[in-house]
Amino acid sequence: MSSSNNNYYLPHGTKWPFLSSVSLLILFLGLSSFLNGSPSGMTIMFTGLALLLIMVYGWFSTVIQESESGVYNLQVDVSFRWGMVWFIFSEVMFFSAFFGSLYYARELSLPWLGGDGYKTATNLVLWPQFENVWPSNGPLNVGGDFTFMKASGIPALNTLILLTSGLTVTYAHHGLKEQNRKKLINGLILTILLGFTFVAFQAYEYIHAYSELNLKLTTGIYGSTFFMLTGFHGFHVTLGAIMLTVILLRCIKGHFSGDNHFGFEAVAWYWHFVDVVWLGLFVFVYWL
Amino acid sequence: MNTDADHLHEDHKTGIMRWITTTNHKDIGTLYLFLSLTMFFVGGAMALIIRAELFQPGLQLVNPDFFNQMTTMHALIMIFGALMPALVGLANWQIPLMIGAPDMALPRLNNWSFWILPFALGMLGSTLFFEGGAPAAGWTLYPPLVLQGGDALPYAIFSIHLLGLSSILGAINIIATILNMRAPGMTLMKMPMFVWTWLITAFLLIAVMPVLAGAVTMLLTDRFFGTSFFTASGGGDPVMFQHIFWFFGHPEVYILILPAFGVISTIIPTFSRKKLFGYDSMVYATASIALLSFIVWAHHMFTVGMPLAGEIFFMMTTMLIAVPTGVKVFNWIATMWKGSMTFETPMLFSLAFIVLFTIGGFSGLMMAITPVDFQYHDTYFIVAHFHYVLVPGSVFAVIAAVYFWLPKWTGKMYDETLGKTHFWLTTIFVNITFFPQHFVGLAGMPRRIPDYAVQFTDFNAISTIGSFGFGIAQILFLYILYKTLKQDVTADNKVWEGAEGLEWTLPSPPPYHSFEEPPKVE
Repeated sequence: MSSSNNNYYLPHGTKWPFLSSVSLLILFLGLSSFLNGSPSGMTIMFTGLALLLIMVYGWFSTVIQESESGVYNLQVDVSFRWGMVWFIFSEVMFFSAFFGSLYYARELSLPWLGGDGYKTATNLVLWPQFENVWPSNGPLNVGGDFTFMKASGIPALNTLILLTSGLTVTYAHHGLKEQNRKKLINGLILTILLGFTFVAFQAYEYIHAYSELNLKLTTGIYGSTFFMLTGFHGFHVTLGAIMLTVILLRCIKGHFSGDNHFGFEAVAWYWHFVDVVWLGLFVFVYWL
Repeated sequence: MNTDADHLHEDHKTGIMRWITTTNHKDIGTLYLFLSLTMFFVGGAMALIIRAELFQPGLQLVNPDFFNQMTTMHALIMIFGALMPALVGLANWQIPLMIGAPDMALPRLNNWSFWILPFALGMLGSTLFFEGGAPAAGWTLYPPLVLQGGDALPYAIFSIHLLGLSSILGAINIIATILNMRAPGMTLMKMPMFVWTWLITAFLLIAVMPVLAGAVTMLLTDRFFGTSFFTASGGGDPVMFQHIFWFFGHPEVYILILPAFGVISTIIPTFSRKKLFGYDSMVYATASIALLSFIVWAHHMFTVGMPLAGEIFFMMTTMLIAVPTGVKVFNWIATMWKGSMTFETPMLFSLAFIVLFTIGGFSGLMMAITPVDFQYHDTYFIVAHFHYVLVPGSVFAVIAAVYFWLPKWTGKMYDETLGKTHFWLTTIFVNITFFPQHFVGLAGMPRRIPDYAVQFTDFNAISTIGSFGFGIAQILFLYILYKTLKQDVTADNKVWEGAEGLEWTLPSPPPYHSFEEPPKVE
């Protein structure tokens, strides 16, 4: 049910967006009622999530079929590219909200609690014992004494892993452009393995933080920003690795050609984006 | 695959399934506009509850908590349910027509950005019926107050996530359409102003909606997962929320007004029968306003206890915005200079826009002055200010756009006498409603309080009468729309004598796929 002429491609009639809106509603209704303490909340949420996944599968299948049957022309390709570019920009801004809160806590709120600048009274009257030293869980020592996460060790290793995965995905891209399928598939497998290794290390780091460092989400502003930033990033890496896996399966099926492979490129851009965000995390969350 | 013949008998579905599955920019534009109209009346009803309570001092009709729910929900619904969907609906209808495209660049995504809205707004509205009621801490959701509400909070937060998602997807689509679907020969600097303003608005949306999502996510974790983002005892700061929120919030108000500028820049030249004066400077002024909007946010929080350097910086940058805004206002006036003007309904609304929006702009300039703002902050003066820029500003522009393009969209002409009656009633009552609020605000009446000192009674009573008059005038608008849609198709291709642009080269109503072949733009 699609029409195209020499100039334009226009899809007609789709049920996926409406279904995805319904499943998003169910998901969030479930999650909200779970947060409010309703026992059935989780079930509702996972129902919504399952529906959402079915929808994602269906929607992407439709697009992939259309793409493989060759109805997309260059203009559609460019529209997709702009779409992906601006989507990634929106993600950058999403992360910047959390980076902003880290900056604010370290440069403004903690120094002020410690009596910096014209806020002497804040310190003297409200929090007389508090001294501003980063990492901090605030004047009330919220969450109890903790050890912070060092940049050396797993975080440094993870930096290496993600940077390498940026190289391997480019290697795979060259393979795709040269129509060298072995190079392409090997490069992708390596990237995915590195991606999941990163996630596994991150999970290990979280367990370590919770069980040995007494570093938790509830550990004042340090714990809040640490887990919020690394958590959202880890979620994005997981998503990126799943997307790469889908692309790998499509490559194995023989999709994409040397000059027409937007799907691959979009995921590769996304992967580079999570890579760059990680560099920001490594510098501002772990290192400085 | 498919041949051109398919175009002649489109097999789009009929009945409700047509609207659920549509990927057509006109269908989706219509959906947006109808949703917006509905929400305009829902949000309006809430405003009337507020005004009815404020008719007299003391507590008469509603309890204070419900009053707070009304102020909160009125704002959220008007911003996210009425104004933004109206502007996106106009974009959906007009951008493909104006740039010579058959549809939006990403039609399925377009369907999704619309259909998220009714569900998200439904989830938000349903909180009114919860135990503890809807969120009542104001639409700005400041912690710690907002965290102390009832069960409504997660529903409100997730609905804001969904509304943001819808806006981001819509904006991505609009940018992709404008950058990729223009007819051959239409360079960026030949685009109609409405398209330009939407290009810049879409950029703002993509830049700031995710920031709002981040801010409300932190509210959620503070309430349910024990984080300390907005708690001083854990090293955070409630003021941090205000900074992040207004980093979204200030560009957001330009998201609400820039497309309105685009509408006015289209209508004024049409009925002045002249080209828009200073097109290039209009483009640069719009871009300047958008860029400045990122560095002025803390003027919403002058009284919160910022360092002096911050107060001065945000005062200066805020005042700078008056420069590009002034450029726009003077360009509109210069466009009319020595034009052969006529005063049809869309033109009347546009002229009222210029005058009344400028009043709102000037009161904004007053509040930009930090030491003065200490007096006005959180009084009815700010309420008067932002209602002047949003109601006779954005809302007037949307109404003007509907009168202006409705004959194009439907091929049916509205009743000019009724249209003018609607205009005069609306304009008179909007001023009766909001002008007295300047006075009570300057005299110190605080906002978001259901009761007030007796010396404010007269002006509040006038304001309430005005608001009900305004509401009744909008029922006339409904009747005008109904009467128009019931007529037969009679409108010419070029509905207005002075109209220029690609949309007027098409029949009224335009074919389902606006431009099958890209037109050539000289």
